[in-house]
Amino acid sequence: MCGIIGVIDRSRECMSGASIRSALSMMDERGSGEGAGYVAYGAFPEYAECYAIHVFFDTVHETKPAVDQELAKWGTIVHDEEIPTYEQRNLRKIHTPWRYFFLPDPNLMPRSTTPEDDIVLHLVMKINSSIPGALIYSSGKNIAIFKASGWPEEVADFYRIQDYKGYLWLGHNRYPTNTPGWWGGAHPFNLLHWSVVHNGEITSYGTNRRYIESYGYRCSMFTDTEVVAYLFDLLVRRHHLSPEIAVKALAPPFWDDIDRMPEDMARLNTAIRLTYGPALMNGPFAIVVARPDAIVGFTDRIKLRPLVTGTSGSRLYISSEEAAIRVMEPDVGDITMPRAGEPILGRVVA
Amino acid sequence: MKTVRIDAGGMHYTPLNMAIREAVSAGAREIILDNVMGQRFIADGLKGDVLLTIHGVPGGDLGMFMSGPTCIVHGNCDHAPGNTMDKGTIIIHGSAGDAVAHSMRGGKVFVRDSVGYRAGIHMKQYMDKRPVLVVGGGFRAFLGEYMAGGLILALGDPRTCPATERGIGSGIHGGKIVIRGDIDEYYLGVGARKLPLQEDGMEEIIPFVREFAGYFGLDPDPLIGDSYVQVVPSSSRPFANKYTWE
Repeated sequence: MCGIIGVIDRSRECMSGASIRSALSMMDERGSGEGAGYVAYGAFPEYAECYAIHVFFDTVHETKPAVDQELAKWGTIVHDEEIPTYEQRNLRKIHTPWRYFFLPDPNLMPRSTTPEDDIVLHLVMKINSSIPGALIYSSGKNIAIFKASGWPEEVADFYRIQDYKGYLWLGHNRYPTNTPGWWGGAHPFNLLHWSVVHNGEITSYGTNRRYIESYGYRCSMFTDTEVVAYLFDLLVRRHHLSPEIAVKALAPPFWDDIDRMPEDMARLNTAIRLTYGPALMNGPFAIVVARPDAIVGFTDRIKLRPLVTGTSGSRLYISSEEAAIRVMEPDVGDITMPRAGEPILGRVVA
Repeated sequence: MKTVRIDAGGMHYTPLNMAIREAVSAGAREIILDNVMGQRFIADGLKGDVLLTIHGVPGGDLGMFMSGPTCIVHGNCDHAPGNTMDKGTIIIHGSAGDAVAHSMRGGKVFVRDSVGYRAGIHMKQYMDKRPVLVVGGGFRAFLGEYMAGGLILALGDPRTCPATERGIGSGIHGGKIVIRGDIDEYYLGVGARKLPLQEDGMEEIIPFVREFAGYFGLDPDPLIGDSYVQVVPSSSRPFANKYTWE
Protein backbone atom coordinates (compact mmCIF):
# COMPACT_ATOMS: atom_id res chain seq x y z
CA MET A 1 0.00 0.00 0.00
CA CYS A 2 1.25 3.45 -0.92
CA GLY A 3 -0.36 6.81 -1.64
CA ILE A 4 0.05 8.67 -4.90
CA ILE A 5 -1.13 11.98 -6.22
CA GLY A 6 -0.40 13.97 -9.34
CA VAL A 7 -1.57 17.21 -10.91
CA ILE A 8 -0.90 18.85 -14.25
CA ASP A 9 -1.90 22.38 -15.17
CA ARG A 10 -2.57 22.11 -18.87
CA SER A 11 -1.90 25.83 -19.41
CA ARG A 12 1.42 25.56 -17.50
CA GLU A 13 0.34 27.83 -14.70
CA CYS A 14 2.67 27.13 -11.79
CA MET A 15 1.70 25.93 -8.31
CA SER A 16 3.83 25.93 -5.17
CA GLY A 17 4.48 22.63 -3.41
CA ALA A 18 2.40 23.60 -0.38
CA SER A 19 -0.87 22.05 -1.49
CA ILE A 20 0.52 18.70 -2.68
CA ARG A 21 2.28 18.45 0.68
CA SER A 22 -1.11 18.74 2.43
CA ALA A 23 -2.72 16.25 0.05
CA LEU A 24 -0.02 13.63 0.50
CA SER A 25 0.04 14.21 4.23
CA MET A 26 -3.69 13.43 4.32
CA MET A 27 -2.76 9.96 3.04
CA ASP A 28 -0.14 9.32 5.78
CA GLU A 29 -1.94 6.04 6.57
CA ARG A 30 -0.90 4.74 3.16
CA GLY A 31 2.77 4.91 4.12
CA SER A 32 5.06 3.85 6.92
CA GLY A 33 7.37 6.84 7.30
CA GLU A 34 10.14 5.08 5.36
CA GLY A 35 9.91 7.02 2.12
CA ALA A 36 8.16 9.97 0.56
CA GLY A 37 8.90 12.22 -2.35
CA TYR A 38 7.76 14.83 -4.83
CA VAL A 39 8.64 15.97 -8.32
CA ALA A 40 8.09 19.44 -9.79
CA TYR A 41 8.24 20.17 -13.52
CA GLY A 42 9.21 23.75 -14.34
CA ALA A 43 11.19 24.16 -11.11
CA PHE A 44 14.38 25.68 -12.57
CA PRO A 45 13.38 28.33 -15.12
CA GLU A 46 16.79 30.01 -14.82
CA TYR A 47 18.49 26.77 -15.95
CA ALA A 48 15.67 25.48 -18.15
CA GLU A 49 18.03 24.29 -20.90
CA CYS A 50 20.32 22.37 -18.56
CA TYR A 51 19.87 18.81 -17.36
CA ALA A 52 19.24 19.07 -13.61
CA ILE A 53 21.26 16.11 -12.37
CA HIS A 54 20.43 15.28 -8.75
CA VAL A 55 22.87 13.13 -6.78
CA PHE A 56 22.74 11.55 -3.33
CA PHE A 57 26.29 11.52 -1.97
CA ASP A 58 27.24 9.36 0.97
CA THR A 59 30.29 11.56 1.57
CA VAL A 60 30.71 14.59 -0.62
CA HIS A 61 34.47 15.09 -0.22
CA GLU A 62 35.26 11.50 -1.09
CA THR A 63 32.90 10.95 -4.03
CA LYS A 64 32.04 14.24 -5.65
CA PRO A 65 35.38 14.68 -7.47
CA ALA A 66 34.77 11.40 -9.31
CA VAL A 67 31.29 12.53 -10.39
CA ASP A 68 32.59 15.97 -11.45
CA GLN A 69 35.22 14.24 -13.53
CA GLU A 70 32.70 11.95 -15.28
CA LEU A 71 30.40 14.86 -16.10
CA ALA A 72 33.28 17.02 -17.36
CA LYS A 73 34.20 14.30 -19.87
CA TRP A 74 30.83 14.72 -21.59
CA GLY A 75 29.96 18.41 -21.31
CA THR A 76 29.86 21.48 -19.13
CA ILE A 77 28.74 21.85 -15.53
CA VAL A 78 27.03 25.25 -15.73
CA HIS A 79 26.38 25.38 -12.01
CA ASP A 80 26.26 23.00 -9.07
CA GLU A 81 25.15 23.34 -5.48
CA GLU A 82 24.16 21.39 -2.42
CA ILE A 83 20.36 21.20 -2.39
CA PRO A 84 19.17 23.32 0.54
CA THR A 85 17.70 21.20 3.32
CA TYR A 86 16.24 22.07 6.70
CA GLU A 87 16.69 19.82 9.71
CA GLN A 88 13.62 17.80 10.75
CA ARG A 89 13.32 16.13 14.09
CA ASN A 90 12.60 12.61 12.79
CA LEU A 91 14.45 12.67 9.50
CA ARG A 92 18.07 11.58 9.55
CA LYS A 93 20.16 13.13 6.79
CA ILE A 94 21.84 9.95 5.61
CA HIS A 95 22.81 11.33 2.22
CA THR A 96 23.77 14.79 1.01
CA PRO A 97 21.55 15.77 -1.93
CA TRP A 98 23.36 17.74 -4.62
CA ARG A 99 22.30 19.15 -7.99
CA TYR A 100 24.26 19.89 -11.12
CA PHE A 101 22.99 21.95 -14.03
CA PHE A 102 24.69 20.24 -16.91
CA LEU A 103 24.99 20.83 -20.65
CA PRO A 104 26.15 17.75 -22.57
CA ASP A 105 28.24 18.23 -25.70
CA PRO A 106 26.24 16.59 -28.54
CA ASN A 107 29.36 16.23 -30.69
CA LEU A 108 30.67 13.60 -28.30
CA MET A 109 27.98 11.08 -29.28
CA PRO A 110 27.73 11.37 -33.07
CA ARG A 111 26.10 7.94 -33.52
CA SER A 112 22.93 9.04 -31.73
CA THR A 113 19.92 10.92 -33.09
CA THR A 114 19.26 12.30 -29.58
CA PRO A 115 22.83 12.77 -28.36
CA GLU A 116 22.12 14.98 -25.33
CA ASP A 117 19.58 12.55 -23.85
CA ASP A 118 21.78 9.58 -24.62
CA ILE A 119 24.84 11.16 -23.03
CA VAL A 120 22.89 11.83 -19.85
CA LEU A 121 21.39 8.32 -19.93
CA HIS A 122 24.90 6.90 -20.27
CA LEU A 123 26.16 9.03 -17.38
CA VAL A 124 23.31 7.99 -15.09
CA MET A 125 23.86 4.29 -15.77
CA LYS A 126 27.66 4.54 -15.54
CA ILE A 127 27.82 6.62 -12.35
CA ASN A 128 25.12 4.59 -10.57
CA SER A 129 26.83 1.30 -11.36
CA SER A 130 30.48 2.30 -10.96
CA ILE A 131 30.88 5.06 -8.36
CA PRO A 132 29.96 3.73 -4.92
CA GLY A 133 28.48 6.42 -2.68
CA ALA A 134 26.95 8.43 -5.54
CA LEU A 135 23.44 7.86 -6.83
CA ILE A 136 21.88 9.97 -9.57
CA TYR A 137 18.16 10.01 -8.79
CA SER A 138 16.97 12.66 -11.24
CA SER A 139 18.32 13.82 -14.57
CA GLY A 140 15.71 15.78 -16.53
CA LYS A 141 15.58 19.36 -17.75
CA ASN A 142 13.77 21.81 -15.50
CA ILE A 143 12.72 18.95 -13.20
CA ALA A 144 13.29 18.88 -9.43
CA ILE A 145 12.92 15.79 -7.28
CA PHE A 146 12.65 15.91 -3.51
CA LYS A 147 12.78 12.57 -1.75
CA ALA A 148 14.06 10.91 1.41
CA SER A 149 13.12 8.38 4.08
CA GLY A 150 10.41 9.99 6.18
CA TRP A 151 6.77 10.96 6.28
CA PRO A 152 5.34 13.13 3.47
CA GLU A 153 5.20 16.31 5.53
CA GLU A 154 8.71 15.81 6.93
CA VAL A 155 10.23 15.26 3.51
CA ALA A 156 8.35 18.29 2.17
CA ASP A 157 9.63 20.44 5.02
CA PHE A 158 13.13 18.99 4.78
CA TYR A 159 13.39 20.44 1.25
CA ARG A 160 10.84 23.25 1.81
CA ILE A 161 8.96 22.31 -1.33
CA GLN A 162 6.62 25.25 -0.79
CA ASP A 163 9.54 27.41 -2.02
CA TYR A 164 9.47 25.69 -5.43
CA LYS A 165 6.97 26.11 -8.23
CA GLY A 166 5.89 23.77 -10.97
CA TYR A 167 3.07 23.30 -13.48
CA LEU A 168 3.16 19.55 -12.92
CA TRP A 169 3.66 17.81 -9.57
CA LEU A 170 3.65 14.21 -8.45
CA GLY A 171 3.78 13.05 -4.84
CA HIS A 172 4.29 9.62 -3.32
CA ASN A 173 4.01 8.19 0.17
CA ARG A 174 5.77 4.84 0.46
CA TYR A 175 4.91 1.70 2.36
CA PRO A 176 7.82 -0.55 1.40
CA THR A 177 6.88 -4.22 1.43
CA ASN A 178 9.45 -6.25 -0.49
CA THR A 179 12.62 -4.21 -0.05
CA PRO A 180 13.95 -1.97 2.74
CA GLY A 181 13.05 1.69 2.78
CA TRP A 182 15.96 3.91 1.76
CA TRP A 183 16.41 7.28 0.09
CA GLY A 184 17.05 5.87 -3.37
CA GLY A 185 14.00 3.63 -3.06
CA ALA A 186 11.64 6.53 -2.37
CA HIS A 187 9.49 7.65 -5.28
CA PRO A 188 9.28 9.47 -7.66
CA PHE A 189 11.74 7.55 -9.82
CA ASN A 190 13.18 9.63 -12.57
CA LEU A 191 15.18 9.13 -15.72
CA LEU A 192 15.68 12.05 -18.12
CA HIS A 193 12.24 13.60 -18.62
CA TRP A 194 10.29 10.72 -17.07
CA SER A 195 9.13 10.54 -13.48
CA VAL A 196 7.11 7.69 -12.01
CA VAL A 197 5.10 7.15 -8.84
CA HIS A 198 3.67 3.74 -8.15
CA ASN A 199 1.44 1.99 -5.64
CA GLY A 200 1.63 -1.79 -5.62
CA GLU A 201 4.21 -4.32 -6.64
CA ILE A 202 5.38 -5.45 -10.02
CA THR A 203 5.65 -9.19 -9.65
CA SER A 204 7.08 -9.49 -13.15
CA TYR A 205 10.06 -7.33 -12.09
CA GLY A 206 12.57 -10.10 -12.87
CA THR A 207 11.35 -10.47 -16.47
CA ASN A 208 10.99 -6.72 -16.99
CA ARG A 209 14.45 -6.08 -15.56
CA ARG A 210 16.10 -8.68 -17.78
CA TYR A 211 14.35 -7.15 -20.78
CA ILE A 212 15.25 -3.53 -20.00
CA GLU A 213 18.85 -4.35 -19.09
CA SER A 214 19.28 -5.89 -22.54
CA TYR A 215 18.80 -2.35 -23.88
CA GLY A 216 21.61 -0.90 -21.75
CA TYR A 217 19.65 0.22 -18.68
CA ARG A 218 21.06 -0.80 -15.30
CA CYS A 219 18.76 -1.26 -12.31
CA SER A 220 20.39 0.17 -9.21
CA MET A 221 17.57 1.21 -6.85
CA PHE A 222 16.73 -2.23 -5.34
CA THR A 223 13.03 -1.88 -6.07
CA ASP A 224 10.53 -2.61 -8.81
CA THR A 225 9.28 0.86 -9.80
CA GLU A 226 12.58 1.76 -11.38
CA VAL A 227 11.81 -0.45 -14.39
CA VAL A 228 8.69 1.58 -15.20
CA ALA A 229 10.73 4.74 -15.78
CA TYR A 230 13.17 2.82 -17.99
CA LEU A 231 10.36 1.09 -19.91
CA PHE A 232 8.72 4.42 -20.71
CA ASP A 233 12.07 5.82 -21.84
CA LEU A 234 12.60 2.82 -24.12
CA LEU A 235 9.08 2.51 -25.52
CA VAL A 236 8.15 6.17 -25.89
CA ARG A 237 11.39 8.14 -26.28
CA ARG A 238 13.41 5.54 -28.16
CA HIS A 239 10.73 3.46 -29.92
CA HIS A 240 8.41 6.43 -30.51
CA LEU A 241 5.24 4.77 -29.21
CA SER A 242 2.54 7.12 -27.93
CA PRO A 243 2.05 7.02 -24.14
CA GLU A 244 -1.35 5.37 -24.70
CA ILE A 245 0.18 2.55 -26.73
CA ALA A 246 2.99 2.19 -24.18
CA VAL A 247 0.36 1.61 -21.50
CA LYS A 248 -1.19 -1.08 -23.73
CA ALA A 249 2.23 -2.78 -23.81
CA LEU A 250 2.67 -2.63 -20.02
CA ALA A 251 -0.94 -3.47 -19.06
CA PRO A 252 -2.40 -5.12 -22.19
CA PRO A 253 -5.98 -6.26 -22.65
CA PHE A 254 -6.66 -9.97 -22.00
CA TRP A 255 -6.57 -12.24 -25.02
CA ASP A 256 -10.29 -12.96 -24.74
CA ASP A 257 -10.97 -9.22 -24.85
CA ILE A 258 -8.71 -8.85 -27.87
CA ASP A 259 -10.72 -11.62 -29.59
CA ARG A 260 -13.85 -9.48 -29.26
CA MET A 261 -12.31 -6.29 -30.67
CA PRO A 262 -12.88 -4.99 -34.22
CA GLU A 263 -10.30 -6.51 -36.53
CA ASP A 264 -7.94 -3.54 -36.79
CA MET A 265 -7.86 -3.04 -33.01
CA ALA A 266 -7.37 -6.74 -32.47
CA ARG A 267 -4.42 -6.76 -34.88
CA LEU A 268 -2.84 -3.73 -33.21
CA ASN A 269 -3.24 -5.12 -29.69
CA THR A 270 -1.98 -8.54 -30.76
CA ALA A 271 1.09 -6.94 -32.32
CA ILE A 272 1.79 -4.94 -29.16
CA ARG A 273 1.46 -8.00 -26.92
CA LEU A 274 3.70 -10.10 -29.15
CA THR A 275 6.35 -7.41 -29.59
CA TYR A 276 6.43 -6.27 -25.98
CA GLY A 277 5.64 -9.47 -24.09
CA PRO A 278 8.64 -9.05 -21.76
CA ALA A 279 7.52 -5.49 -20.93
CA LEU A 280 4.12 -6.69 -19.68
CA MET A 281 3.81 -5.90 -16.00
CA ASN A 282 2.06 -8.33 -13.70
CA GLY A 283 0.85 -7.80 -10.16
CA PRO A 284 -1.18 -5.09 -8.51
CA PHE A 285 -0.34 -1.52 -9.45
CA ALA A 286 -1.57 2.02 -9.87
CA ILE A 287 0.98 4.23 -11.62
CA VAL A 288 1.29 7.84 -12.67
CA VAL A 289 4.02 8.73 -15.16
CA ALA A 290 4.99 12.30 -16.01
CA ARG A 291 6.96 13.90 -18.80
CA PRO A 292 7.23 17.64 -19.51
CA ASP A 293 4.09 17.82 -21.66
CA ALA A 294 1.81 15.21 -20.06
CA ILE A 295 0.89 12.89 -17.23
CA VAL A 296 -0.57 9.46 -17.69
CA GLY A 297 -2.20 7.33 -14.99
CA PHE A 298 -3.14 3.65 -15.24
CA THR A 299 -3.76 0.57 -13.13
CA ASP A 300 -3.23 -3.14 -13.60
CA ARG A 301 -5.79 -4.96 -15.73
CA ILE A 302 -7.87 -6.28 -12.86
CA LYS A 303 -7.70 -3.12 -10.78
CA LEU A 304 -5.99 -4.27 -7.63
CA ARG A 305 -4.99 -0.74 -6.60
CA PRO A 306 -7.08 2.44 -6.38
CA LEU A 307 -6.93 5.39 -8.75
CA VAL A 308 -9.34 8.30 -9.17
CA THR A 309 -9.22 11.39 -11.33
CA GLY A 310 -10.77 14.83 -11.12
CA THR A 311 -10.62 18.06 -13.05
CA SER A 312 -10.82 21.73 -12.22
CA GLY A 313 -10.30 24.42 -14.84
CA SER A 314 -7.08 23.61 -16.68
CA ARG A 315 -5.97 21.08 -14.05
CA LEU A 316 -6.18 17.30 -14.09
CA TYR A 317 -5.68 15.46 -10.80
CA ILE A 318 -4.90 11.76 -10.39
CA SER A 319 -4.76 10.18 -6.94
CA SER A 320 -5.21 7.09 -4.79
CA GLU A 321 -8.01 8.84 -2.90
CA GLU A 322 -10.63 11.42 -3.82
CA ALA A 323 -10.20 13.19 -0.49
CA ALA A 324 -6.53 13.94 -1.30
CA ILE A 325 -7.61 15.68 -4.50
CA ARG A 326 -10.18 17.65 -2.54
CA VAL A 327 -7.46 18.81 -0.14
CA MET A 328 -5.74 20.43 -3.14
CA GLU A 329 -8.94 21.55 -4.87
CA PRO A 330 -12.10 21.54 -2.73
CA ASP A 331 -14.34 22.25 -5.72
CA VAL A 332 -12.90 19.59 -7.98
CA GLY A 333 -15.39 18.21 -10.45
CA ASP A 334 -15.82 15.16 -12.61
CA ILE A 335 -14.50 12.64 -10.06
CA THR A 336 -14.00 9.47 -12.09
CA MET A 337 -12.56 6.02 -11.58
CA PRO A 338 -10.60 5.05 -14.71
CA ARG A 339 -11.27 1.62 -16.15
CA ALA A 340 -8.66 -1.01 -15.25
CA GLY A 341 -5.71 -0.94 -17.62
CA GLU A 342 -6.97 2.14 -19.47
CA PRO A 343 -4.63 5.16 -19.60
CA ILE A 344 -5.83 8.55 -18.38
CA LEU A 345 -3.85 11.26 -20.10
CA GLY A 346 -3.50 14.95 -19.33
CA ARG A 347 -1.53 16.99 -21.86
CA VAL A 348 -0.39 20.60 -21.72
CA VAL A 349 -1.96 22.84 -24.31
CA ALA A 350 0.41 25.79 -23.97
CA MET B 1 -33.27 13.17 20.99
CA LYS B 2 -29.83 14.24 22.04
CA THR B 3 -27.76 15.51 19.13
CA VAL B 4 -24.00 16.05 19.12
CA ARG B 5 -22.21 17.97 16.40
CA ILE B 6 -18.50 17.42 15.74
CA ASP B 7 -16.30 19.49 13.43
CA ALA B 8 -13.98 16.88 11.94
CA GLY B 9 -11.96 19.42 9.94
CA GLY B 10 -8.24 18.67 10.27
CA MET B 11 -8.86 15.91 12.82
CA HIS B 12 -7.11 12.53 12.69
CA TYR B 13 -9.47 9.55 12.75
CA THR B 14 -8.38 8.36 16.19
CA PRO B 15 -9.54 11.41 18.18
CA LEU B 16 -12.54 11.63 15.87
CA ASN B 17 -13.63 8.07 16.66
CA MET B 18 -12.94 8.69 20.36
CA ALA B 19 -15.24 11.72 20.25
CA ILE B 20 -17.94 9.64 18.51
CA ARG B 21 -17.69 6.87 21.12
CA GLU B 22 -17.78 9.34 23.98
CA ALA B 23 -20.93 10.92 22.54
CA VAL B 24 -22.58 7.51 22.14
CA SER B 25 -21.76 6.47 25.69
CA ALA B 26 -23.08 9.83 26.95
CA GLY B 27 -26.43 8.96 25.39
CA ALA B 28 -26.32 10.78 22.04
CA ARG B 29 -28.86 9.42 19.56
CA GLU B 30 -27.71 11.55 16.65
CA ILE B 31 -24.17 12.63 15.78
CA ILE B 32 -23.47 15.05 12.97
CA LEU B 33 -19.92 15.14 11.56
CA ASP B 34 -18.99 18.22 9.55
CA ASN B 35 -15.98 18.76 7.27
CA VAL B 36 -15.02 15.11 7.03
CA MET B 37 -12.09 14.77 4.63
CA GLY B 38 -10.50 11.40 4.13
CA GLN B 39 -10.62 10.17 7.75
CA ARG B 40 -10.59 6.41 7.67
CA PHE B 41 -12.31 3.91 9.93
CA ILE B 42 -15.20 6.17 10.96
CA ALA B 43 -17.71 4.36 13.20
CA ASP B 44 -15.66 1.16 13.10
CA GLY B 45 -16.85 -1.39 15.63
CA LEU B 46 -19.46 1.09 16.83
CA LYS B 47 -22.46 -0.45 18.57
CA GLY B 48 -25.82 0.94 19.54
CA ASP B 49 -28.85 2.71 18.20
CA VAL B 50 -27.36 5.94 16.89
CA LEU B 51 -27.60 7.95 13.69
CA LEU B 52 -24.40 9.36 12.21
CA THR B 53 -24.78 12.03 9.58
CA ILE B 54 -21.52 12.60 7.73
CA HIS B 55 -20.87 15.70 5.63
CA GLY B 56 -17.83 15.38 3.41
CA VAL B 57 -15.77 12.58 1.93
CA PRO B 58 -14.91 9.89 4.50
CA GLY B 59 -11.86 7.70 3.98
CA GLY B 60 -11.78 3.93 3.62
CA ASP B 61 -13.52 1.30 5.73
CA LEU B 62 -16.42 3.41 6.96
CA GLY B 63 -18.53 1.35 9.37
CA MET B 64 -16.17 -1.63 9.48
CA PHE B 65 -17.41 -4.21 12.07
CA MET B 66 -20.20 -1.74 12.89
CA SER B 67 -23.14 -3.31 14.71
CA GLY B 68 -26.35 -1.33 14.85
CA PRO B 69 -25.84 2.34 13.94
CA THR B 70 -27.07 4.10 10.81
CA CYS B 71 -24.60 6.21 8.79
CA ILE B 72 -25.87 8.70 6.25
CA VAL B 73 -23.07 10.10 4.08
CA HIS B 74 -23.57 13.31 2.12
CA GLY B 75 -20.63 12.84 -0.23
CA ASN B 76 -18.69 10.06 -1.91
CA CYS B 77 -17.08 7.20 0.00
CA ASP B 78 -13.64 5.70 -0.55
CA HIS B 79 -12.87 1.96 -0.45
CA ALA B 80 -14.83 -0.65 1.47
CA PRO B 81 -17.65 1.11 3.32
CA GLY B 82 -19.48 -1.61 5.28
CA ASN B 83 -16.38 -3.83 5.49
CA THR B 84 -17.36 -6.88 7.61
CA MET B 85 -20.30 -4.90 8.96
CA ASP B 86 -22.52 -6.86 11.33
CA LYS B 87 -25.73 -4.87 11.68
CA GLY B 88 -27.03 -1.41 10.84
CA THR B 89 -27.36 0.70 7.71
CA ILE B 90 -25.06 2.83 5.55
CA ILE B 91 -26.70 5.24 3.13
CA ILE B 92 -24.38 7.01 0.69
CA HIS B 93 -25.62 10.07 -1.18
CA GLY B 94 -22.91 9.75 -3.82
CA SER B 95 -20.63 7.03 -5.17
CA ALA B 96 -18.19 4.66 -3.50
CA GLY B 97 -14.78 3.18 -4.30
CA ASP B 98 -13.59 -0.39 -4.61
CA ALA B 99 -14.65 -3.36 -2.45
CA VAL B 100 -17.87 -1.82 -1.14
CA ALA B 101 -19.47 -4.08 1.52
CA HIS B 102 -16.31 -6.21 1.61
CA SER B 103 -17.02 -9.42 3.61
CA MET B 104 -20.22 -7.91 4.95
CA ARG B 105 -22.08 -10.25 7.32
CA GLY B 106 -25.27 -8.35 8.17
CA GLY B 107 -27.09 -5.04 7.75
CA LYS B 108 -27.67 -2.96 4.64
CA VAL B 109 -25.60 -0.63 2.43
CA PHE B 110 -27.32 1.72 -0.03
CA VAL B 111 -25.24 3.62 -2.62
CA ARG B 112 -27.11 6.21 -4.67
CA ASP B 113 -24.59 6.34 -7.54
CA SER B 114 -21.89 4.00 -8.77
CA VAL B 115 -19.55 1.59 -7.01
CA GLY B 116 -16.01 0.58 -7.96
CA TYR B 117 -14.40 -2.77 -8.55
CA ARG B 118 -15.26 -5.88 -6.49
CA ALA B 119 -18.37 -4.52 -4.81
CA GLY B 120 -19.80 -7.11 -2.44
CA ILE B 121 -16.63 -9.21 -2.46
CA HIS B 122 -17.07 -12.18 -0.16
CA MET B 123 -20.36 -11.12 1.38
CA LYS B 124 -21.68 -13.92 3.56
CA GLN B 125 -24.73 -14.99 5.54
CA TYR B 126 -25.63 -17.16 8.51
CA MET B 127 -29.03 -17.93 10.03
CA ASP B 128 -30.92 -14.64 10.28
CA LYS B 129 -27.90 -12.55 9.24
CA ARG B 130 -28.28 -11.70 5.57
CA PRO B 131 -26.45 -8.58 4.33
CA VAL B 132 -27.87 -6.51 1.49
CA LEU B 133 -26.01 -4.15 -0.86
CA VAL B 134 -28.10 -1.91 -3.11
CA VAL B 135 -26.38 0.12 -5.86
CA GLY B 136 -28.23 2.81 -7.78
CA GLY B 137 -25.66 3.36 -10.55
CA GLY B 138 -23.08 1.32 -12.39
CA PHE B 139 -20.68 -1.28 -11.09
CA ARG B 140 -17.25 -2.37 -12.25
CA ALA B 141 -15.56 -5.74 -12.71
CA PHE B 142 -15.79 -8.60 -10.22
CA LEU B 143 -19.12 -7.64 -8.68
CA GLY B 144 -19.84 -10.17 -5.92
CA GLU B 145 -16.45 -11.87 -6.26
CA TYR B 146 -16.15 -14.98 -4.00
CA MET B 147 -19.64 -14.21 -2.74
CA ALA B 148 -20.76 -16.64 -0.05
CA GLY B 149 -24.14 -15.22 0.92
CA GLY B 150 -26.40 -12.20 1.05
CA LEU B 151 -27.96 -10.13 -1.71
CA ILE B 152 -26.52 -7.59 -4.14
CA LEU B 153 -29.06 -5.52 -5.96
CA ALA B 154 -27.76 -3.47 -8.93
CA LEU B 155 -30.45 -1.00 -9.96
CA GLY B 156 -28.44 1.03 -12.49
CA ASP B 157 -30.29 1.85 -15.68
CA PRO B 158 -28.90 -0.53 -18.33
CA ARG B 159 -29.32 2.20 -20.95
CA THR B 160 -26.98 4.61 -19.15
CA CYS B 161 -24.67 2.31 -17.19
CA PRO B 162 -24.68 -1.16 -18.75
CA ALA B 163 -22.44 -3.88 -17.38
CA THR B 164 -19.31 -3.86 -19.55
CA GLU B 165 -16.72 -5.44 -17.31
CA ARG B 166 -15.72 -8.99 -16.59
CA GLY B 167 -16.03 -11.32 -13.66
CA ILE B 168 -19.58 -10.81 -12.37
CA GLY B 169 -19.97 -13.30 -9.53
CA SER B 170 -16.49 -14.72 -10.08
CA GLY B 171 -16.12 -17.53 -7.55
CA ILE B 172 -19.65 -17.10 -6.19
CA HIS B 173 -20.69 -20.06 -4.04
CA GLY B 174 -23.62 -18.62 -2.11
CA GLY B 175 -26.01 -15.67 -2.12
CA LYS B 176 -27.49 -13.88 -5.10
CA ILE B 177 -26.76 -10.93 -7.39
CA VAL B 178 -29.81 -9.30 -8.95
CA ILE B 179 -29.15 -6.95 -11.88
CA ARG B 180 -31.61 -4.65 -13.62
CA GLY B 181 -32.04 -5.31 -17.32
CA ASP B 182 -29.83 -8.02 -18.74
CA ILE B 183 -26.14 -8.82 -18.95
CA ASP B 184 -24.03 -10.44 -21.63
CA GLU B 185 -22.99 -13.89 -20.36
CA TYR B 186 -19.45 -13.08 -21.49
CA TYR B 187 -19.19 -10.89 -18.39
CA LEU B 188 -20.07 -13.72 -16.00
CA GLY B 189 -17.25 -14.90 -13.76
CA VAL B 190 -16.06 -18.46 -13.14
CA GLY B 191 -18.66 -20.54 -11.28
CA ALA B 192 -21.50 -18.08 -11.90
CA ARG B 193 -24.63 -18.55 -13.98
CA LYS B 194 -27.38 -16.25 -15.08
CA LEU B 195 -31.06 -16.99 -14.56
CA PRO B 196 -34.22 -14.99 -15.11
CA LEU B 197 -35.66 -13.44 -11.98
CA GLN B 198 -39.04 -15.04 -11.31
CA GLU B 199 -42.00 -13.51 -9.50
CA ASP B 200 -40.97 -14.73 -6.07
CA GLY B 201 -37.54 -13.22 -6.70
CA MET B 202 -39.15 -9.88 -7.53
CA GLU B 203 -41.17 -10.02 -4.33
CA GLU B 204 -37.97 -10.50 -2.42
CA ILE B 205 -36.30 -7.39 -3.86
CA ILE B 206 -39.28 -5.01 -3.84
CA PRO B 207 -38.93 -3.99 -0.17
CA PHE B 208 -35.26 -3.09 -0.77
CA VAL B 209 -36.11 -1.16 -3.94
CA ARG B 210 -38.72 0.83 -1.99
CA GLU B 211 -36.29 1.45 0.84
CA PHE B 212 -33.61 2.61 -1.63
CA ALA B 213 -36.03 4.94 -3.45
CA GLY B 214 -37.23 6.32 -0.12
CA TYR B 215 -33.74 7.31 1.01
CA PHE B 216 -32.93 9.15 -2.19
CA GLY B 217 -36.32 10.66 -3.01
CA LEU B 218 -36.89 8.53 -6.12
CA ASP B 219 -40.01 7.00 -7.59
CA PRO B 220 -39.79 3.23 -6.99
CA ASP B 221 -42.39 2.24 -9.57
CA PRO B 222 -40.23 2.41 -12.73
CA LEU B 223 -37.64 0.30 -10.90
CA ILE B 224 -40.24 -2.22 -9.77
CA GLY B 225 -41.78 -2.35 -13.24
CA ASP B 226 -38.48 -3.16 -15.00
CA SER B 227 -37.05 -6.59 -15.70
CA TYR B 228 -34.16 -8.22 -13.84
CA VAL B 229 -31.78 -11.14 -14.05
CA GLN B 230 -30.07 -12.96 -11.23
CA VAL B 231 -26.54 -14.32 -11.00
CA VAL B 232 -26.16 -17.32 -8.72
CA PRO B 233 -23.65 -20.13 -8.12
CA SER B 234 -23.59 -22.59 -11.04
CA SER B 235 -24.23 -25.44 -8.60
CA SER B 236 -24.48 -25.94 -4.87
CA ARG B 237 -20.74 -26.68 -4.72
CA PRO B 238 -19.22 -25.11 -7.86
CA PHE B 239 -15.66 -25.49 -6.57
CA ALA B 240 -15.96 -28.93 -4.97
CA ASN B 241 -13.16 -30.28 -7.16
CA LYS B 242 -11.12 -27.11 -7.36
CA TYR B 243 -8.84 -27.59 -4.37
CA THR B 244 -9.67 -31.09 -3.14
CA TRP B 245 -10.03 -34.41 -4.88
CA GLU B 246 -12.42 -36.97 -3.57
